[in-house]
Amino acid sequence: MSELEMGKPTSFRVNGHEHQGVVGESLLLALRRLGYEVPSLCYHEAVSPYGACRLCLVEVGKGKRRKLTTSCNFPVQPGIEVFLDTDKVVAQRKVILQLLLAQAPEAARVKELAAEYGVSDTPFEKKQGNACILCGLCARVCREIVRADAIAFSSRGTTKEMDTPYREANEACIGCGACVFVCPTDCIGLKDENGIREIVRWHRKLPLKKCAACGRPFAPTFQLNAFAAQIGVERTHFDKCPDCR
Amino acid sequence: MEDAKFKAILERHGRDPANLLAMLQDIQKEENYLPREDLVRLAKELAVPITRIYGLATFFKAFSLKPRGKHICTVCMGTACHVRGAPRLVEQVEREFSLKAGETTPDRKLTLETVNCVGACALGPLVILDGEYHGNMNAAKLDKVITEVKKG
Amino acid sequence: MAKFKKPEDLAKYREGLVARRDPKQKIVAVCAGTGCCAYGAKKLVEAFRQAVAERKLEGEVTVRSTGCHGFCERGPLVVVRPQEYFYQRVKIDDIPEILEKTVQQGEVIERLLYHDGQGKAYVHEHEVPFYKNQMRLILAQNGLLDPTSLDDYIALGGYAALAKALATHRPEELVEMVKKSGLRGRGGGGFPAGVKWETVRKAPSNDGVRYIICNGDEGDPGAFMDRSVMEGNPHLVIEGMIIGAYAIGHPGKPHGYIYVRNEYPLAVERLGLALQQAREAGLLGQNILGTDFSFDIRINKGGGAFVCGESTALMASIEGQVGEPRAKHIHTAVAGLYDKPTNLNNVETWANVPLIVNRGVEWFTGIGTGDVTDNPWGGSKGTKIFALVGKVNNTGLVEVPMGATLRHIIYDIGGGIPGGKKFKAVQTGGPSGGCIPEAMLDMPVDFDKLTEVGSMMGSGGMIVMDESTCMVDVARYFVNFLADESCGKCVSCREGLKQLAAMLERITQGKGVPEDLDRLVQLGDTVAEASLCALGQTAPNPLRSTMKYFPDEYREHILEKKCRAGVCKGLITFSVIPDKCVGCLLCKRKCPASAITGEAKKVHVIDPAKCIKCGVCRDVCRYDAIRVE
Repeated sequence: MSELEMGKPTSFRVNGHEHQGVVGESLLLALRRLGYEVPSLCYHEAVSPYGACRLCLVEVGKGKRRKLTTSCNFPVQPGIEVFLDTDKVVAQRKVILQLLLAQAPEAARVKELAAEYGVSDTPFEKKQGNACILCGLCARVCREIVRADAIAFSSRGTTKEMDTPYREANEACIGCGACVFVCPTDCIGLKDENGIREIVRWHRKLPLKKCAACGRPFAPTFQLNAFAAQIGVERTHFDKCPDCR
Repeated sequence: MEDAKFKAILERHGRDPANLLAMLQDIQKEENYLPREDLVRLAKELAVPITRIYGLATFFKAFSLKPRGKHICTVCMGTACHVRGAPRLVEQVEREFSLKAGETTPDRKLTLETVNCVGACALGPLVILDGEYHGNMNAAKLDKVITEVKKG
Repeated sequence: MAKFKKPEDLAKYREGLVARRDPKQKIVAVCAGTGCCAYGAKKLVEAFRQAVAERKLEGEVTVRSTGCHGFCERGPLVVVRPQEYFYQRVKIDDIPEILEKTVQQGEVIERLLYHDGQGKAYVHEHEVPFYKNQMRLILAQNGLLDPTSLDDYIALGGYAALAKALATHRPEELVEMVKKSGLRGRGGGGFPAGVKWETVRKAPSNDGVRYIICNGDEGDPGAFMDRSVMEGNPHLVIEGMIIGAYAIGHPGKPHGYIYVRNEYPLAVERLGLALQQAREAGLLGQNILGTDFSFDIRINKGGGAFVCGESTALMASIEGQVGEPRAKHIHTAVAGLYDKPTNLNNVETWANVPLIVNRGVEWFTGIGTGDVTDNPWGGSKGTKIFALVGKVNNTGLVEVPMGATLRHIIYDIGGGIPGGKKFKAVQTGGPSGGCIPEAMLDMPVDFDKLTEVGSMMGSGGMIVMDESTCMVDVARYFVNFLADESCGKCVSCREGLKQLAAMLERITQGKGVPEDLDRLVQLGDTVAEASLCALGQTAPNPLRSTMKYFPDEYREHILEKKCRAGVCKGLITFSVIPDKCVGCLLCKRKCPASAITGEAKKVHVIDPAKCIKCGVCRDVCRYDAIRVE
């Protein structure tokens, strides 16, 4: 597959059925559009795929070779043959769900997904609560969509973590809460109280702007100023809340 | 870090973010660790997010974000050293200086580090004190090294 | 040095050098490899130079600080030429005698020779069993040249392969040559180098840029052959890369990088100097040897991360990013560094290239196993350097033809196991490899055989283990190593290894349960199957191979709560053997837990309640009176 072929229509097979797709697009996205169910926790179509949670495993055959791969970061290619829910996929997905359950035993989406795929408990040592599963979705949204780059992975291996540098509030964080919205384990935390927005896990507290019309505090002033600068409008553009605008 | 030295490092690497790793290495060489204000300045000067620099500085094991001791004792934890008893050597230093691997004594006399093989496997188990290799170590020989450090 | 203007200039220059150099010149060659330096080789060189000056022998005797000779066990090593007398464990005090007796009068000093422990002494380097049983091609020049001298390298035929390649070969011919030679990547996977070269050469690049990288991020614990080549003969690696760049990237714009791991500062220094020398001589940079071919190389220093040995992680690191591997659905040969076609080979692979160009494909395919005539995967050709370490008498670097047996390497070259202990296993391939038991010692070592038995060639670490090595502990060691070195991206690798480590930790503490065995296998499968890069995919190999070949040890740990090797702290006790203890008080004084009581000249006693099982008593006891069981 060369750069020249990117974006061209092509056909590929899924569990023996012929389908149309676009060369280079995410296989996971293509599969979902075609109505196939493939689980994942670290994928969002608005940002680049990362392949961390390993739940979207499929088997892909090309020529004589057949291999297990994550579908989120696998590009659709001419002539590939995709196999969903093979014995291999099912077996590995089960263990991965057990590992995720051990990591975030109280996270609702993890529990739901595990139950859906027949995993009720984990034989592994459990952590407490709805801990971060290091899927990196928050940081990708923060970098690629919000363009704030306020959080990132640090360290590596079993000590890898997601946080702000030095685990202190980062001036780059505009308090928009996009990370909170995409987090699959709800482990970040957002509070709007007494005119202050707090993004709990990122140690960030920002005063909220009151709507010039209805008086309701609706978003951090810092964020609104940043947005105004980004899209090139006067700061006054955001004086009112979305309801009154 | 002194302004002139900092600028010299930036220029040496053409202010190119691709050379971030080399810049961090140079800063650590000068300062013995990576001071926070230098990393913050590096982010500003190169117009890259501090998250990227912090990510690099914590991903690679050669970097330290905390000031290190006057002496640096590195115990090799490669396989050859492991089968010849390296874990016991780490424990010995930990006991003698009441610290854990990766830490520095409160008086900043000694930092104990471990490394996953330095490629001097024929000498295992190996302890490196301030860049000097001490091969075929055992408790008795390490004891002498420890006494030296405690004196100096 | 003046720039060479055409390939023939180099040959002329070499002739001049050789003519000026007296083959009977008296040379004291001191090994200045890392091992010998740790034994004081640097000071030894200085002392030799000073002693030569004091005796006003400068015109007569050359003191040469050379690359690693490989026999690290016996350092510091000194070879006196032209007689090639081999002296080992040389001290500064020995210098006057060496200069007066050996250098000036040609006498052998018996005391400094290598004795094999059975009453036999060896005078010449090539007779010593450690060297006699090797085939040193890549390491051949290490002991002869000063790695800081380009003249030394040229005098030994250096850069002749480059001159030949530029003068008489089209790039495509060189690619074909390397393909036909069957040279396979020495860094781990054993991918045929020529096939990769061809892919990179043919991959489209709109601006003609192709990257040529030398992987010097030798991260396998227990391996140091690349270090020895980079430090001991840097021009050999550089020459290989320049030939590769010409073959792969000309016409076009090839750019070169050498990625050296952080732990090898001397390699960085030596390569840096060598690059500068090569540039000044017109062997590197614009219009190499006066031709229209241009290529330059820069050095990148790693930051201490094993995973950066993985090609995509290494490239990310060169780009100034963290060393996280990425999915290789498009191979790096097509889109690698900065998305350009990229050819990455390891140090030893590059070092083979000048040899192949100089001596030809037939010569190279005559060494090793299998048949590569029509299939570059059909065999393993050439030699391989192994780092022979651990519980073996002659530790050091060993270069043998592919296909040599483990027994030949460990016993004939390595001299067997020290202290009369019993061989248990040999670990090859680093954390991606496995442990091979005694029953397989007669196996010929090549890429495919090692993979067949569940291990790997890896970069060539060979760690010998004896009866005092616990195989469960070895598995725990590697799993911990990888949990620490994993980039942490894939759940299967990061969390899988974390849980495997926790299970193995429990087992070595005597808290294992029978179900653990199945769980280890199952989880190991997930780590291997579901992870993105080779680190995760091969991570369970040490665990799997120890479970397969040493199942009894796992059972004993779990069911009988016993560690037969006396390693796992939760399962052992220390006691004093009354018959052997002379009551010297040494262990009592050194015990950090004050767990030993006893008076002078009376048998000591260890209090098991206080004992922290640190092993200090056993280390310091001169009478072998501490029992561990």
